[in-house]
Formats: sequence, structure tokens, C-alpha cells
Amino acid sequence: MDLDLPLIWAGLIAFAVLAYVVLDGFDLGVGILFAAERGDAARDVMVNTVAPVWDGNETWLVLGGGGLFATFPLAYSVVLPALYPVIIAMLLALVFRGVAFEFRFRAESRAGREAWDLAILAGSTLAAFCQGLALGGMVQGIKVADRQYAGGWWDWLTGFSLLCGCAVVIGYALLGACWLVWRTEGGLQRRCRRYAGTLGAATLGLIVVVSLWTPMLNPAFAARWFGWPGILLASPVPLLLVVLARLFWRGLARRRDRAPFLCALGWFVLGYAGLGISLYPLIVPPSITIRQAAAPDESLLFLLVGAVVLLPVVLAYTGYAYWVFRGKVRAGEHYH
Amino acid sequence: MSAFDALLLARLQFAFTIAFHIVLPAFSIGLASYLMVLQLLWLCTGRQVYIDLFRYWLKPFATVFAMGVVSGLVMSYEFGLNWGRFSDKTGPVIGPLMGYEVLTAFFLESGFLGVMLFGMGRVGRGLHFAATCLVAVGTLTSAFWILAANSWMQTPQGTSLTPDGRFVPADWAAIIFNPSFFYRLPHMVLASYLSVACLVGAVGAWHLRRAPADGHARTMFSMAMWMTALVAPLQIAVGDLHGLNSLRYQPAKIAAAEGHYQTRAGAPLVLFGVPDDARERTDYAVEIPRLGSLVLTHAWNGTVPGLRQWPPADRPPALPVFVAFRIMVGLGLLMAALGLAGLVMRRGGRLYRSRALRNAAILMAPAGFVALLAGWVVTEVGRQPWTVYGLLRTADSVSPVGAPGVGASLAAFVLVYALVFGTGLSFVFRLLRRPVQPAAASPQE
Repeated sequence: MDLDLPLIWAGLIAFAVLAYVVLDGFDLGVGILFAAERGDAARDVMVNTVAPVWDGNETWLVLGGGGLFATFPLAYSVVLPALYPVIIAMLLALVFRGVAFEFRFRAESRAGREAWDLAILAGSTLAAFCQGLALGGMVQGIKVADRQYAGGWWDWLTGFSLLCGCAVVIGYALLGACWLVWRTEGGLQRRCRRYAGTLGAATLGLIVVVSLWTPMLNPAFAARWFGWPGILLASPVPLLLVVLARLFWRGLARRRDRAPFLCALGWFVLGYAGLGISLYPLIVPPSITIRQAAAPDESLLFLLVGAVVLLPVVLAYTGYAYWVFRGKVRAGEHYH
Repeated sequence: MSAFDALLLARLQFAFTIAFHIVLPAFSIGLASYLMVLQLLWLCTGRQVYIDLFRYWLKPFATVFAMGVVSGLVMSYEFGLNWGRFSDKTGPVIGPLMGYEVLTAFFLESGFLGVMLFGMGRVGRGLHFAATCLVAVGTLTSAFWILAANSWMQTPQGTSLTPDGRFVPADWAAIIFNPSFFYRLPHMVLASYLSVACLVGAVGAWHLRRAPADGHARTMFSMAMWMTALVAPLQIAVGDLHGLNSLRYQPAKIAAAEGHYQTRAGAPLVLFGVPDDARERTDYAVEIPRLGSLVLTHAWNGTVPGLRQWPPADRPPALPVFVAFRIMVGLGLLMAALGLAGLVMRRGGRLYRSRALRNAAILMAPAGFVALLAGWVVTEVGRQPWTVYGLLRTADSVSPVGAPGVGASLAAFVLVYALVFGTGLSFVFRLLRRPVQPAAASPQE
């Protein structure tokens, strides 16, 4: 039996990164919404909705990084030096954000608590912005020579990558708002519904701008979207986006708990699929393909056995962990 | 010259970030197992003291675990950031081991940590205990994979090399169960247990100073003293075997640790001294004749290697390895002495009354962690100048990132880590300064 191992792994890595984006996306979004929610009671509830799960959510980022290291070492060793300052900033932002969830409950002075709340807000926002910068920096292309990054220190910094950075911040804030609509009640839930409406419109607008800009970066992307038969695969994406947008606003108007969150997740999945359509078969545009970057089959097969057996188990107990903490989080419920 | 600066800065950055990180998982490994034991004792005996201690130690555990998660995330990207050429060449071997670590350990820990920390009122006792066990098993599984990866870099086998110097795995069992793995893994796990035993013992002793009759502090102190008495001698035995293994596979590391430049039979044991790589001799040496050969080869006349056996470009720097080795061994012996003193004091019921023992235990609070860091210096500086021993040089592993960039990120790491982990440590101290509260008096979880 001949398995196309590099292709399977490209799919699995893509899945891990998508899982990261939607899962940590909403809890980074909750942190970003600290900008609008300044009351202690609201912030306690917000943190308590993500306290039991953020750590598991972030593990998908470790799987994405570790998985890329294992299966596409060339991509891992070229992309990270190319995006060096962006990735360092993202990691440090995640350091602040992660410990702040714990530290804000430990701080004994008012000033201490406010400082760690600020760490959640700034850490979440900066991490999201850097992830957008990294995405934009990669899509627009990375200069490679002799299996190493061959560009400069600031190559990643362009109008396109800055736009992607803003889009990810807004998009994560939308996920966070929808998550809070689902998991909270009362005044906080009402306000989050309002945020979700505004952020939804902004996210949709940014998705459109990024989508129109992307084909202009690389003729191969344009050929995929507007040429035959690529258009066959690509055309459902914008159509589904419109359908989900309709469901999203109907869900908000009818005060549904879950529908807005699921629709926002759907937007991210569609945006991600659109990206995949543009890039395939490249893993590091414009020059490295999935096949060129892949580790030897011995490595891919060894890890695939584990992934096939363990990923369903991981998904099952992750689901269980979410289920244990299901239902509305109420003010005054203290985990700490 | 600028390439050398970037290399040195990249090495400093890796050393700094991992030195901070390594203490945190060691704490988590030891404490997760301790929490599991406490909960098991509570379930079996129903005695309140055990669940009170469980709740008490759960809070520092949560704080340290969060710090371990975020500093570990940094590590998983640092290979590519600073060590791009290393990643390209060794990714097919080390990557899957780390992939398995994520799949078998990190998800398990993070998935059940939430239930362990916050789920006591939401799931049954059995399920909650299962969550604690799974977190503890996760920490040990994580140690298994990361030490397999580290050991392969120290004693590589089971791979072939492509003409352009990339590693291709041939035999995964040989890669994982490489010659130093079976020594390094128990040495690290025992070090974690011993570190936490010293810390728990010190906290117990601290509270006994103020309230000698405090049942919670007594239980904590007694358990820790038992653990120290059992694990410290075992660790010395395992360390001895690990040393013999290194002598066989990485003799230059042993030569540096012993401060020997000349290869000879019946070598002395250098107790103290100052190795000087430039002049190839150890100054101010205090030696015990022949004991070096006896310790290393278990024979009076055994041959012990000296650094002159290797060309200068293939030698590790002796001074840091030599000094760190003495710190590690010295603290190991002190911990064994503390464990022994605990056993002696137990006779006649002096365990909780002896002020000397209490003070000694308090002084030894960080001993395990310091020894662990020293041991890490011995093993990682001692394997220089190689990342994959004998096959890939550190200088050929580094990313093409300029010195200013690496320097700036190093400065950022130093500032952020000092602030974040300094604060975290102060929170942990504050938690541990409070005496254990019985359940009835403790606030609602």
C-alpha cells in the first residue's frame, strides 16, 4: 500500500494549526475583550470561562510547532528564522498571557491585580497580532537559498502582513465575544452580543480585503482562484461565507447562545480553506513544496502511527474536559 | 567574528531559557506524583490530613505548571528560531520524539489539569483521582520522550547520514533506547523527586518551627524525610552508573568533570582545583591518590582519560563542567546525609523536636533544584562542541540570524523571565508561608 505520507502530514499539520486557531482564538479573544470589559466581576467570569481549558488549547500550538519540526523540518527551519522577531514577540506575549490567568488570582494588591489584567489584555492582543503578521509574512513569500532563510530582518513587515495582523486581532475578538455569549448570562452576555455584531461586520470586511489582496501577491494564487478548474473548488468558499453570515446575524437577533459562535468558527474554517486552496502544494511560498520539505518516510510513518491512534483519544478527552465544565459560568463561582 | 558572536548569543539564549524551564517540569514531575500519593492515601485511609495537604500543594502546583507550560512553548519554537540548521538536519529524528511527547504527554496533562485543579466538586472522587493520576503519568511520559531525544543527541545511534549531512532514522528502537537513555531517564526522574522531597521537607520544617505540634506540618515533614532517605542514596547509585556510561560513550565529558588533562592509570580524585584549558593543567588541586580510578572504573589501577587525548577543537571547556560536577555531587551527598539524619532522629521520637534537623531541612530547600541545574551544566556543557555527539558540531547547527537580533531577543527573554518567574516564585513562597488550613476552615474552593 502506497500512502502519500507528505500529503497526509500536510493535512494533519493543517488540522493542528486550525484547531489551535479556533481554540486558542477564542480564549485570546476573551483576553482582547478586556479592553472593553473593565469591571472586576465581569473579568472574573470571563477568565473563569477559559481557566480550565486554555492550557489544552495552547497545546495545539506545541503540536503544530513540534509536528512541523518532525514532518517538515525544512519548513520549520526556514520559516522561524524568517519571522524571528515576530515569533519571539508572540512567545513572550503568550508567556505573559498564560501566567497572568493564574497570577491575577494570586495578586494581593489592587495594583498587582490590575497589572496582571493588563498582561492578559496586552499579551492576548500582541500574540494575536503577531500570529497575523506571521501568517501574512509567510503567505507573501519567504526568500530561501541553500536550505536556509536568505532574506533580511524586516522582510515580513509589509502592508499585507500588517493587515493580516489586524484581521487576526479582530477575528479572535469576535470568537471571544461569541464564546462569552454562549458561556455567560445577564449584562455581560448582552454586551458581548453587541460586540459580536460590530466585530462580525469588521471581520467579514477584513476577510474580503485579505481575500482580494492574496491573489495579487503571487500569480500562482490568482491562477488557482480565477482559472479552471481551481475556480470549481474555490467558488463555494465565498458562497458559504455569505450563508454563514446570514445565520450569524439571525442567531444574534434571535438571542441564540451557540449559533453565533459556531458561525464565527465556520468563517475561520472557510478562511483557512481558502488559504489552503491558494497555497497548495506550497508549504513555504514561493518556492518550497510540501514534498520538498518533507522528512524521510521513516519519520513520517513512525509518527503517523502514533497520531492515528492518539489524536482521536486526545479529541475524546479534550471533549470530556470541556463537557465537565459545561453550562453558564456565573459571577461568584470561584475556581481559585 | 560576527558569526561567532551570533553563535555565542544563541547558545546563551538557549542555556538561559532552558535553565529557567527545566526547574519547572522537574517541580511538576515530583509534585504531581506527591499529589497523587496524597490523594491515594486520603482515599484509602479517609484521614483528613492527606486531603488538606493535597489542597495545600495544589495551588503552588497550578502556579508552577502554568509557568512550565509557557516556558516550554518557548522551547518548542527555539529549535527553529536559533538552531535552524540543526532542525533541518535532525528534525526527522528528534521531531517525531517530540511529536510523541505532545501526543502522549502534553495533551494528557493539559486535558486533565483543568479537572484536577477545578473539578473536585464537579466529578466523583474516583474520576478526580483518575485525573490526578493522568496528570502525574503525563509528566513522567513527557520526561521519557524528552530524555530519549536528549540522550540520542548525546549517544546517537540507529540513524544514517545523507551526503549533505542530514540524519535519516533507520531503527526507532535503537534511537529511543540509545546507550545513555536508561541511565539519564531514572537520573532525571529521581532528581525531580528528590528536589520536591527537599522542598516539601523544608516547608514542613518551617511550619514546625512555629507550631511543633501542627499535625499537617508533621505529616509533610515525615513523608519528605522518608522520601529523602530512600531516594538520595538511590540517586547516588544511579548517578554512579550514569558516570560509568558517560566514561564509555563520552569520555571527554568525564575528563572535564574530573579535571584530568593527562590520560593515566591509577588516577587521583581531584577534590578541588581550577582547571586551566589554555595551559592544560588543573591548578591548586587537592587530590586523593588513586581514588579517581576507583570511582570511575571500580579498579585501583583503571585508566582514566585526560583531555589531551583529543584535539583542542574537540574538547569541552573544563572549568564549568568541573565546578558544576562538584556542586552536584556535594549537594547529593548532603541530601543523603539529611535523609540519614532523619532516619536516626526518628528513633526516640526526635524527628519533630530536633531544632538542628529542622534548620538543616530548611537550608536544604533548594538543594535538589540547584543540584539538578548543576547536573544539567555537566551533561550539556560536557558534550560540547557537539550538538549530536561526534556527528554535528554546535557551530554548524545555528540559524542565519545576526548577532543584533539574537542579542535583542536574549535581552527580552532575560527581562520578561526575571519579571514573570520572579513574580511567580514570590507567589509560590507566599502560598507556602501560610500554614495548612484544615478543610472546615478553608475558603470555598
